[in-house]
Amino acid sequence: MATATGTLPQVQEETTIWTWLTTVDHKKIGTMYGISGFAFFLLAGLEALIIRTQLAVPNGAVVDADRYNQLFTMHALTMIFLGIMPLGAAFFNYFLPLMIGARDVAFPRLNALSYWVFLGGALLLTSSFIFGGAPDGGWFAYAPLSDEEFSPGAGLDFYAIGLLILGTSSLMASLNFAVTVFNMRAPGMSMMRLPVFIWMMLVVNFLLILSLPVITVALVQLVFDRNFTTNFFTPAEGGDPILWQHLFWVFAHPEVYVLILPSMGIVSEVLPVFSRKPLFGYAAIVFAGVAIGVLGFAVWSHHMFTTGLGTVPQIVFTASTMAIAVPTGIKIFNWMGTLYGGSIHFNTAMYFAVSFIALFTIGGISGVMHASPPVDSQQQDTYFIVAHIHYVLFGGAIVGIFSGLYYWFPKMTGRFLDERLGKIHFWLMFIGMNITFFPMHFLGLSGMPRRIYTYDADLGWETWNMVATIGSYMLALSIIVFLVNFFWTMRKEPTATDNPWDAPTLEWATSSPPPEHDFDVIPEVRDRDPLWYDRDHGIEKVEPPSEMHIHLPPPSYFPLLIGLGVLLLGVGVLSHLALTALGVVIVIYSIWGWALEPTE
Amino acid sequence: MEATEAAHGEHHTSLGVDNRMLLMWIFLASECLFFGSLISTYLIYKGESLVRPLPDDVFDIPLTSLSTFVLLVSSFTMVLAVYAAHHNFPKMMKLSLLSTILLGLVFLGFQVYEFRLFGSEGLNLSTNQFGASFFVLTGFHGVHVGVGVLYLGSMLIGSMRRNGLGPSGGLYMEIAGLYWHFVDIVWIVIFTVIYLIP
Amino acid sequence: MRPSPRAISLTVLSLAIVLITTWLIWIAWDATASDPMTTLAPLSDNADAVQGLYNFVTILAGIVMVGVLTLTLAFAVIFRERAGHEPQQIHGNSRLEVLWTLIPVAIVIAIALPSFSVIIDTTGDAPDDALEVVATGNQWWFEFEYPGLDVTTANELHLPVDRAVNVELRSEDVIHSFWVPQLSGKVDMVPGHENRLWFTPHETGMFLGQCAEFCGTSHANMRFRVFVHAPEDFDAWVASQAADAEPAQGDLALAGEKIATTLCAACHTIRGTNAVGQIGPDLTHIASRTTLASGMFENNSENMAAWLANPPGEKPGSIMPNLNLNAEQIEQLVAYLQDLK
Repeated sequence: MATATGTLPQVQEETTIWTWLTTVDHKKIGTMYGISGFAFFLLAGLEALIIRTQLAVPNGAVVDADRYNQLFTMHALTMIFLGIMPLGAAFFNYFLPLMIGARDVAFPRLNALSYWVFLGGALLLTSSFIFGGAPDGGWFAYAPLSDEEFSPGAGLDFYAIGLLILGTSSLMASLNFAVTVFNMRAPGMSMMRLPVFIWMMLVVNFLLILSLPVITVALVQLVFDRNFTTNFFTPAEGGDPILWQHLFWVFAHPEVYVLILPSMGIVSEVLPVFSRKPLFGYAAIVFAGVAIGVLGFAVWSHHMFTTGLGTVPQIVFTASTMAIAVPTGIKIFNWMGTLYGGSIHFNTAMYFAVSFIALFTIGGISGVMHASPPVDSQQQDTYFIVAHIHYVLFGGAIVGIFSGLYYWFPKMTGRFLDERLGKIHFWLMFIGMNITFFPMHFLGLSGMPRRIYTYDADLGWETWNMVATIGSYMLALSIIVFLVNFFWTMRKEPTATDNPWDAPTLEWATSSPPPEHDFDVIPEVRDRDPLWYDRDHGIEKVEPPSEMHIHLPPPSYFPLLIGLGVLLLGVGVLSHLALTALGVVIVIYSIWGWALEPTE
Repeated sequence: MEATEAAHGEHHTSLGVDNRMLLMWIFLASECLFFGSLISTYLIYKGESLVRPLPDDVFDIPLTSLSTFVLLVSSFTMVLAVYAAHHNFPKMMKLSLLSTILLGLVFLGFQVYEFRLFGSEGLNLSTNQFGASFFVLTGFHGVHVGVGVLYLGSMLIGSMRRNGLGPSGGLYMEIAGLYWHFVDIVWIVIFTVIYLIP
Repeated sequence: MRPSPRAISLTVLSLAIVLITTWLIWIAWDATASDPMTTLAPLSDNADAVQGLYNFVTILAGIVMVGVLTLTLAFAVIFRERAGHEPQQIHGNSRLEVLWTLIPVAIVIAIALPSFSVIIDTTGDAPDDALEVVATGNQWWFEFEYPGLDVTTANELHLPVDRAVNVELRSEDVIHSFWVPQLSGKVDMVPGHENRLWFTPHETGMFLGQCAEFCGTSHANMRFRVFVHAPEDFDAWVASQAADAEPAQGDLALAGEKIATTLCAACHTIRGTNAVGQIGPDLTHIASRTTLASGMFENNSENMAAWLANPPGEKPGSIMPNLNLNAEQIEQLVAYLQDLK
């Protein structure tokens, strides 16, 4: 159980449900993050399809106003917190130890706990559709609309409690990952030899570690306002709704980078592999990523240009916001530099990676446009912004994630996703994405506000709305093609060798899929592109000793139990406090059991 | 090539800092932002209360100075506990740990007394912005002290066991000490910013 | 290293593809300028100032987009794998990297400086002789008051041409945003805050506005209109609006007046009667307005009757409840209200 013996035919125990529930293996946890994240991604996509169907024609009648407001709120919350973030976490879980040459993360049980708490929070938030109505105040939940007076239903309580639980999960995961990156690197893997994906995720972890506490405070204040008679955001009692906006965006702007940086990292891995040359300007890309992270904390008020900030704050936040264009530009140019002079092998992963550059650039450029407050005063809260965020988050984050999926799939499963279906998937998605989101620029220019469930005819909005809706169905089709590809591929025999792409990073130095202990022998790193260095210098892989005793942490059910306790805690706040008490008891009992559980 | 990892004690780490210690340091960075946001809220709402009582009406500086002093002393006993753990003086460690816990409890007692006193003078969560931001800030600090008491309590129980805290006892105690000192420092900031600065 | 003829021709081809795409985008982009709520056809000085910057930023953005997309596409086709072509193992190029750090720096400075100057111009104080208007956001309608002119109206803002207007923005409940794309960029109406916005319309006509901050159930139905008049027309409008409501004429209207001054009076004001409610829109001159329910319906007897029969059914979430009026009462009310010119 705790000891895998030799690399002889893997002594894999029979995998049961219990194995998954008690696993502390980062690869299994990553897989669970991936599957859950993808399921929620599909759910959020479905919500988007209903939204687009409603807006296909003027005065649409598919859903009513309240349901529509729930749908766009949940679409954002689900995509951001339950879709893209866990998908990024899935790759990071799976590949962080593999890419730095470790056998697991620093705290395997804490890692399992992060997942179970995430799943609990995700189910709680989503269950709001069944129990008393989903949150309908936008993912930003601006006060005082989110106060009890204007949102008396349970929706906003689900929002606050759900996000608090999800935040706890993200914080635990980020602390764990940050320690792993700092402390678990293989010999020779200095910080400036870390793969760019690891660097970007490290920045993500620090963004979360430093921004989650801020939204935690805001959510606590919201919960207190709604349930415990405080008036933090009630104007009539001296409260200030703008304070909520500040606290929210101090978190939520870094959150945007939390969503995009993982994909920037993935693309920085994929481009060099299939261009068959090293990443152009590694140091510049790393420092640009760090700079984006640091500047990300200094720009939050650009979401509030129209709130009457005043002249000087507008100028300051314009300057800081525009400054972010510089490191972003550096990254884009360096990716292009990576393509330059290469011998580019175009497979599906590379299609997605190259289109990432183009789509993300479009999103980045429109971002610079409304970094200028006067321009923003015309674009803020219109479909122009909807276009912008979807170019960044769909054209950027999602496209990057798919690139990573096609790239790492053989490593994770031993199987190659079908290239023909993959290219159909790519082209449907690429064209569908542009047909859906580019027209939204035009809608914004012609004055269509965001978050409206209906609009009148004769405003010039019919054509582009219909086009966008058609595009969204094309996106749905592309996802179906992907799913077909996935299930079909999983029925095939695994054929992948250790390093089928001739990639330079350490995860390709072990078998596909990797053994439970990741590496038979912890590799030694001699260069930023270790496997290419070894290849070019004729360094053979070290043969494992005939007899090995690799210590692996034993499985544990305490993470699952604590996750359950935390879920009960949240459910109790929303229903009956007795459940909360039960949750607290379970959590305390499990922490105690956890602390005494032998890990050796 | 070493195929068998060390089974006990501190694992090799790239930075040379123990994983758990590093985790606590980074966690405390996060906590800084947590209390920073709460303190900011308090400061932003300073002077925004529409009705009394205001800080001047309820604060009893000598009383709170006393409880602050108690917490400061607990930091000192915590230092002793860490020292004792490192130098393997089990008796001194348990005694210092117990003192730290008791002082923490005394501080919490002061806080409960203060909350009740303010309540009797008409200040509660819904009275005004001062009440809301004060109680939520100091309340969350109190929760942190409470968690610290439980944390140190479990260390104390652990050290009662036959083999004590094991070979990593000094390290465990040092990590617990980090947390405890952090909570104390936050209180010093709260005391200065909220009670002392007019 | 001299680029090969193949590389040059593929780059030119890429440029052509990107330029054609950009040109198509530009056609669609430009076409939005003729839509009723367009952000691209400014008709006030404030909107003009923004527009100048807007155009400049758009052109720069277009150039950057064409550049990046062309090179990405060109590199992708030029350097795709071919027999006999070996990839160049380059790790970076300091001079190039400095250069392309400076390019974005130059671009953002070029955008930032004029932005600062427009910010200073448009967020400054209004001229002293500006017309004062207080605009108040409510769930889900706008109230417009003219201090000193004794005029209060709803959902339709009337302004004189070529005179600055200083709009004080307030909210009674949640955050709303005041936005008339052709006259001005948006500024939020935040409860407890005093925001301001000023502009000088320089063309007469009717302009559409809409709440631009999500404000609850019927956010989509929170629309308003701005009428810019010649000065003498504006004065005439003020005179007619400042007058009290006309007394009811005829049996039907008299019966309606009775209902209005009892049932409706709790929430609505009809100046000249004892209806002084403050919750809903002022009805003193409701018949002079072109729309009902905050820009949702054309103002006519039929729509008004439908509205009175069931407000939440017509406008989701409407604060005005269904008063369960019978058909006769509705007819009487409509007769009365439609006379309140």
